[in-house]
Amino acid sequence: MAVTNIMIVGVGGQGTLLASRILGQVLLGRGYDVKVSEVHGMSQRGGSVVTYVKFGDKVFSPVINEGGADIVLAFEMLEAARWLPFMKPGGKLVVNRQRINPMPVITGSAEYPDAVLERLAAAGADVKAIDALDLALKAGSAKAVNVVLIGALAATTDVPKEDWLRAVEQTVPPKFLEMNVNAFNAGYGI
Amino acid sequence: MKELLLGNAAVARGLYEAGCRFASSYPGTPSTEITEELSRYGEVFCEWAPNEKVALEAACGASIAGARSFCGMKHVGLNVAADPLFTASYVGVGGGLVIAVADDPGMHSSQNEQDSRHYALASKTMMLEPADSQECLSFTKLAFELSERFDAPVIVRLTTRISHSSGTAETGERVSRELAAYEKNPGKYVMMPAMARARHSIVEKRLAEQALWAETAELNNVEYFDKKIGVIAAGICYQYAREALGENASYLKLGCVWPLPVEKIRAFAAQCETVYVVEELDDFIETQCLKHGVKVTGKALFSFEGELSQKIVAEKILGRTPPFLQTDITVPGRPPVLCAGCPHRGLFYVLKKLKVYVSGDIGCYTLGALAPLTAMDSCICMGASVSALHGRNKADPANAGNSVAVIGDSTFVHSGITGLVDIAYNNSDSVVIILDNSITGMTGHQNNPANGLNINGEPAAAVNLEKLAEAVGIRRVAVVDPFDLAETERVLREELAAEGPSVVIARRPCALLKSVRHLPPLKVDRDKCTACRMCMRVGCPAISFVDGKSSIDAVQCVGCGVCTQMCKFGAIG
Repeated sequence: MAVTNIMIVGVGGQGTLLASRILGQVLLGRGYDVKVSEVHGMSQRGGSVVTYVKFGDKVFSPVINEGGADIVLAFEMLEAARWLPFMKPGGKLVVNRQRINPMPVITGSAEYPDAVLERLAAAGADVKAIDALDLALKAGSAKAVNVVLIGALAATTDVPKEDWLRAVEQTVPPKFLEMNVNAFNAGYGI
Repeated sequence: MKELLLGNAAVARGLYEAGCRFASSYPGTPSTEITEELSRYGEVFCEWAPNEKVALEAACGASIAGARSFCGMKHVGLNVAADPLFTASYVGVGGGLVIAVADDPGMHSSQNEQDSRHYALASKTMMLEPADSQECLSFTKLAFELSERFDAPVIVRLTTRISHSSGTAETGERVSRELAAYEKNPGKYVMMPAMARARHSIVEKRLAEQALWAETAELNNVEYFDKKIGVIAAGICYQYAREALGENASYLKLGCVWPLPVEKIRAFAAQCETVYVVEELDDFIETQCLKHGVKVTGKALFSFEGELSQKIVAEKILGRTPPFLQTDITVPGRPPVLCAGCPHRGLFYVLKKLKVYVSGDIGCYTLGALAPLTAMDSCICMGASVSALHGRNKADPANAGNSVAVIGDSTFVHSGITGLVDIAYNNSDSVVIILDNSITGMTGHQNNPANGLNINGEPAAAVNLEKLAEAVGIRRVAVVDPFDLAETERVLREELAAEGPSVVIARRPCALLKSVRHLPPLKVDRDKCTACRMCMRVGCPAISFVDGKSSIDAVQCVGCGVCTQMCKFGAIG
């Protein structure tokens, strides 16, 4: 099987690492060669973060470059725009409607762009937008945004739902399992 | 069993399986998880040392005692550990000694982009370079065998993309190893001129033997496809080239980057029409090829700066660029910021207000250099805040009352203490602020010698910073809570005005520590808010402007109250 390239992008602290780990577990369980490339260190402090997930018969480079991503899962709208050039023409963009102002916007030296989602669709991305924060709060915690988004991503793949739920179970602490399963289902149902 | 392992976790697994008994490291992105993961196995003694020099010396001692031993660090850590490295190469080993060094091309989380391969050459130490998680595991195990076979330390070189990528790896069982017997042997272990001269001869002979081994070693692997293009590469660069060029090129993948298998390189080059060396950072392999008369193309195409990628390799060698999506959206940058509730914020706001020269250091607080706080004037390396302030104040005593050093607790123990001794001993009018947040923050929360916990989270001796400062000869030592802006300002003004050296400890644990209780999020009273934007001067990511008034994000806010103190209208509470 040819290699499929998925990017998970967001803001440091949003839980993109956990999302990529769940994804990696699911794909490993399906018998693929998998590589997941993460960012640690300074950018985790509220900076722009990206994780690359690649799977197929044989994966060489662990990173994805411009024009390489089949699917982008964006935890925040501005980050979706930032990483758009990394998408293949016609690539799928699953994006959280959340807006998190970066420091240049907070200090007034830059503006948060308008109509981001419409403009991304106009650029040729297949956009699927969801209110993950709202769904996470309904599931029980704002921190479950990442699991809601994994649910939304899962629904775009042909991997059975049980595989995803098993990976969620293996990755989150037992006392938060029920809340995370609810969050996953909320995202999956969109 | 096949597992998905982070490169660093795979190194840890290799250490575990090889029967490593002792590991001493200092945290540093992108190397930190090696020792962190290894400590979870329980059967290996692991520790965070105060710095990389101490860590490597401890590992040398454990090796002489007969234990398979390990020391891990980031690239700049090897500068600190360079002193023991060069002589460890002469001394050799008792039990195998493996050193992991993780370079950071592209500087994801570093202050420079140095290429550690030069250290292998300079210290005459063998260096292996894995290209994925499986090789991280197997090369680490091999490194112990090679270390014992050649009686020499072996370096495993990683780069960010190898350390921080997960890939599949086949794991095995641990082979437990007893201590190798120690025999007193001053000719080998006591390095003074007469003995060291003899050892140097052994080192040169050993390097030649290692080079011979490298010629036929399986980890230097040739794959012939189309021979019009030949690629010589190691580590992550092999992966980039292999993905970009596929079977349109042939490959010599080097698993051992020092010493190089020169004859194998020559034979490969003779088979291919055009030979490229694909390597990040310096022209290390290329220079050696040219030195031995092998014609290759390298830095004529590829930059000395930053990371390479499959895209760059395809563009430079094939002249191809894939199509990609484009948008007219102007995307503002999103630089990293001090977290909401970060104890450093209040201190940096006060420093900015006081308009002092800030001699900075390495850690989360380096972010105090960015807007809107912009309260840092220099940052060189671990510990340099303290010693560079001393030099500045001796050179320009007229401005000594208008300058401070800022250094974190872990960094201070790493290499700030000696600078403080210089300040006390040579009496400069310097104010050193230790930002004691009870953790090594930037690298992802490691315990350190000042926070009273060891790598396993067990109680340990804690450096008493106040007493230490007094013991080295600092007479003025004060402690402040950086959340209390007025008190912090008052103490700093007092110490800046005072004659002679001072230490101010700004003490407040990192807001991300699980032990730190957060207060309820603060709210802005929109009727009282005058839109003066004073609260925004502290650069808190939880505060933004919504519909003409300040607004606080309840998800991010931890109720630290720094913004409340900024508001003259009582609008935040």
